[in-house]
Amino acid sequence: MTDSTELIRSSAAALADRLAAREVSAVEVTQAHLDRIAAVDGKIHAFLHVNTDEALAVAAEVDAIRAAGGAAAAELHALAGVPIAVKDLIVTVGQPTTAGSKILEGWHSPYDATVVERLRAAKMPILGKTNLDEFAMGSSTEHSAFGPTHNPWDLDRIPGGSGGGSAAAVAAFEAPLALGTDTGGSIRQPGAVTGTVGVKPTYGGVSRYGAIAMASSLDQIGPVSRTVLDSALLHQVIGGHDPRDSTSLPDPLEDLVAAARTGNVDGMKIGIIKELHGEGYQAGVETRFNESLELLKAAGAEIVEVSCPHFKYALGAYYLIMPSEASSNLAKFDGVRYGLRVLPEDGPMTIERVMAATRAAGFGDEVKRRIILGTYALSAGYYDAYYGSAQKVRTLIQRDFAAAFGKADVLISPTAPTTAFKLGEKLNDPLAMYLNDVATIPANMAGIPGLSLPGGLADEDGLPVGIQLLAPARKDARLYRVGAVLESLLEAQWGGPLLDRAPSLVELVETPVVEPVETLVGTKEAK
Amino acid sequence: MSADATISFDEAMEKYDPVLGFEVHVELNTKTKMFSSAPNVFGDEPNTNVNEVDLGMPGVLPVVNRTAIESSIKIGLALNCKIAESCTFARKQYFYPDTPKNFQTSQYEDPIAYDGHLDIELSDGTIFRVEIERAHMEEDAGKLTHMGGATGRIQGADYSLVDYNRSGVPLVEIVTKPIEGAGSRAPELAKAYVAAVREIVKNLGVSDAKMERGNVRCDANVSLRPHGRERFGIRSETKNVNSLRAVEHAVRYEIQRHGAVLDSGEPVIQETRHWHEDTRTTTSGRAKSDADDYRYFPEPDLVPIVASREWVEELRATLPEPPAARRKRLQAGWGYSDLEFRDVVNAGVMDEIEETIAAGATPTVARKWWMGEIVGRAKNADVDPGQLGVDPATIVELNKMVEDGRINNKMATEVLDGVLAGEGTPAEIVEKRGLAVVSDDGPLLEAIDAALAAQPGVADKIRGGKVQAVGAIVGAVMKATRGQADAGRVRELILERLGVEG
Repeated sequence: MTDSTELIRSSAAALADRLAAREVSAVEVTQAHLDRIAAVDGKIHAFLHVNTDEALAVAAEVDAIRAAGGAAAAELHALAGVPIAVKDLIVTVGQPTTAGSKILEGWHSPYDATVVERLRAAKMPILGKTNLDEFAMGSSTEHSAFGPTHNPWDLDRIPGGSGGGSAAAVAAFEAPLALGTDTGGSIRQPGAVTGTVGVKPTYGGVSRYGAIAMASSLDQIGPVSRTVLDSALLHQVIGGHDPRDSTSLPDPLEDLVAAARTGNVDGMKIGIIKELHGEGYQAGVETRFNESLELLKAAGAEIVEVSCPHFKYALGAYYLIMPSEASSNLAKFDGVRYGLRVLPEDGPMTIERVMAATRAAGFGDEVKRRIILGTYALSAGYYDAYYGSAQKVRTLIQRDFAAAFGKADVLISPTAPTTAFKLGEKLNDPLAMYLNDVATIPANMAGIPGLSLPGGLADEDGLPVGIQLLAPARKDARLYRVGAVLESLLEAQWGGPLLDRAPSLVELVETPVVEPVETLVGTKEAK
Repeated sequence: MSADATISFDEAMEKYDPVLGFEVHVELNTKTKMFSSAPNVFGDEPNTNVNEVDLGMPGVLPVVNRTAIESSIKIGLALNCKIAESCTFARKQYFYPDTPKNFQTSQYEDPIAYDGHLDIELSDGTIFRVEIERAHMEEDAGKLTHMGGATGRIQGADYSLVDYNRSGVPLVEIVTKPIEGAGSRAPELAKAYVAAVREIVKNLGVSDAKMERGNVRCDANVSLRPHGRERFGIRSETKNVNSLRAVEHAVRYEIQRHGAVLDSGEPVIQETRHWHEDTRTTTSGRAKSDADDYRYFPEPDLVPIVASREWVEELRATLPEPPAARRKRLQAGWGYSDLEFRDVVNAGVMDEIEETIAAGATPTVARKWWMGEIVGRAKNADVDPGQLGVDPATIVELNKMVEDGRINNKMATEVLDGVLAGEGTPAEIVEKRGLAVVSDDGPLLEAIDAALAAQPGVADKIRGGKVQAVGAIVGAVMKATRGQADAGRVRELILERLGVEG
């Protein structure tokens, strides 16, 4: 019997090697993570649903194939048997998908997302579905209809959002890998505040089919992990063309794993974006950011400064385009065909009134806020001033990036202006909440890839700081090449992974939680 | 509901000048839907030809059907339109349960085809040019059936059933520019225009083009203005007028109704109208103004459609001959006079005659049946001739029976009525009704001998060489055999009996 603490702290790459060598079984690995979820998720609340039976069945199948040997064993994917958690915005057959909303509570998708099909093809056991801000709208998971997720570094703090569940699950060693979605930073910002790695691929690099849309032109599915190499491994599983997504790129995927394994920055030009650091950024964030720059310089990179003058309009434009698309994408949730249906309490029972009552009861405040913003922005007479102008800003941001990438191979910035804030701190101040995404939003507006990796702990609060790398569209490999170098330099300095410094959750948890997590969200009846 | 006031058509024409506009929706006959891989099949069990995309499930994405794009380009080319080098889809947003996403994916600012025209030939051969504003692609909505109400409409219904089989079926919407100058020929032009569009899409093979199934649906816009005034009057839009006759009637009715409204000094209300085939009137639908806000915006889930010039030219090369050329060819091939051919076109049976000839009839026989028998019956039944239910094979079979002498022409029309009444095939009806020509010469000779004996004077005249007198004897024989004899054979036998050369 292998020590389960050691199993859950292993990287996905290390687990894959040990599974292939048959030093450990997939069932043992999966069970270790399920046990960890049972032990700590009562405090973290990273999961909305735990998929115990199916995950163990897939793990057992992998073990059986390996035991039988032969061609089938040889053809197993490198990550076969390595468990993964899936953000509950991505549809899965056999498990509920809620999008963090009451309006979908109890709904089971009749089809799998393309990325889920690819996980199944690779025989990766799916541990369950992770918490998120409702319909991925938020930067803290506090907008989940099923309660917030807590940051494993400090349970009183936010794990970021919207993908706080996936980031916290990985940071709390409940899963070695997770899937996230990133519309304005929902993979990268949670990565930053939980000391994990998250990648938003090039727009079109990973199929969106089966990811419940918030803003179609900005959304992108991507990997969440504890190491740069693990993200590359997962990215390679889920990436590549999908005929069911018209915006999916036809290009074959680059060899991202090779890029992560052969990281090298010697002679590379790395651009600091003038507009994305300094004023408005926490001192501890700035310090760690500058430290990373020094390490990269020492490794042979040339640090240059670039200016992206239109980034100051990015947040404003984002908060027109995103809600406009969201208001349209969320129109389908009306109680007619699936999900919640609420009947009006009195008055005539017309279809309009049933739709209105359903949406009034089913959507939370942040979702309603964005639907109203978007509906307004697209209205006749306002379209040109709002949506039209925002699209022009988008073009200007793309030009800023094009100019910047003329001077640098990759760009670098802090991922978020601050470390994790306290739960509740910004809940009543939407604008302050939105400002947390100021450094991540430009990449979505331009469709370029971005990676966040841990840059150390801020001196003033001892909480993780994220370093963001940005590359031109279709050049995701550069992120892994640079990210792997910076990660190894930082870890050499720290004497091990940053998460080694995170508090032990088992001590934090006063009494072990054995109750299945799913009862917390009331999806048991729906099973 | 009380009937709207109308004035006579002639009176309306005296005072006012009609302006028309049409939106014709054509359902494409692609194998799969506009944005999903579900089958595009009419008439199946409700909600069976659907997948997660057609139902608007969470997480789904549309993918454009390439064949639907090709069909749309072909329609645009046949309507003499320009084809956009690049065009986009847009979302037209409104909450209604026939649209599962609560928006319809359509085209808005940049249709695939624009700036075309169609030359329409009226019944007297006059050519009238209709300018085409645009032809754009969109998806059809599901079909709602409102249950429990008196009108079959959503108001007053107890509940509604929805069939999403039609949801996502590819549509091309063809929009005309305002049509001015049709004058009193406006109703006729309306019918001829829709007939021409139907003919085009049918010949292109891009639609089944069956109006009774909703493959081709027409919304007719009508407005009146006093003669001499440039500014258009306020229009009404009569929705889903689903037969050629109904298009003509609806335009005529709306002209008469608008005339009455304007005469009364009231403004015409801009609204949609519902057409009622039974009363040949329209009733008020919902008020519609140009300010309806559908919050259109570019569909972010679809990349622009790029139609390279090479592709467009390839498609142009596959187009069938234009309708005018086709008519010329058919007329020459069939040997009809100009008048005969125009009557055929005006009666709306050109395609049917072509199919009947293809099934084995001669052009003369095909015309005789369609123009002589079927058109009249269709008029009595108040339907388009093609919708009466006559199969070209039926005509070929009937004609063969006549030529073989098994039945005569009079019987053949009786058999046709039997076919239309659903009594079976011509052979079955002949059998059931005992309609066989008496072809055994024995009973005929007996009847001939009796007739000759009864009219010896006539018999002598014939013997003396006045062969035309044979008619009197033939008539007597036909009467005696209650019409079941083959008159030609009777004539032969009489002459033979009397030893006279016919």
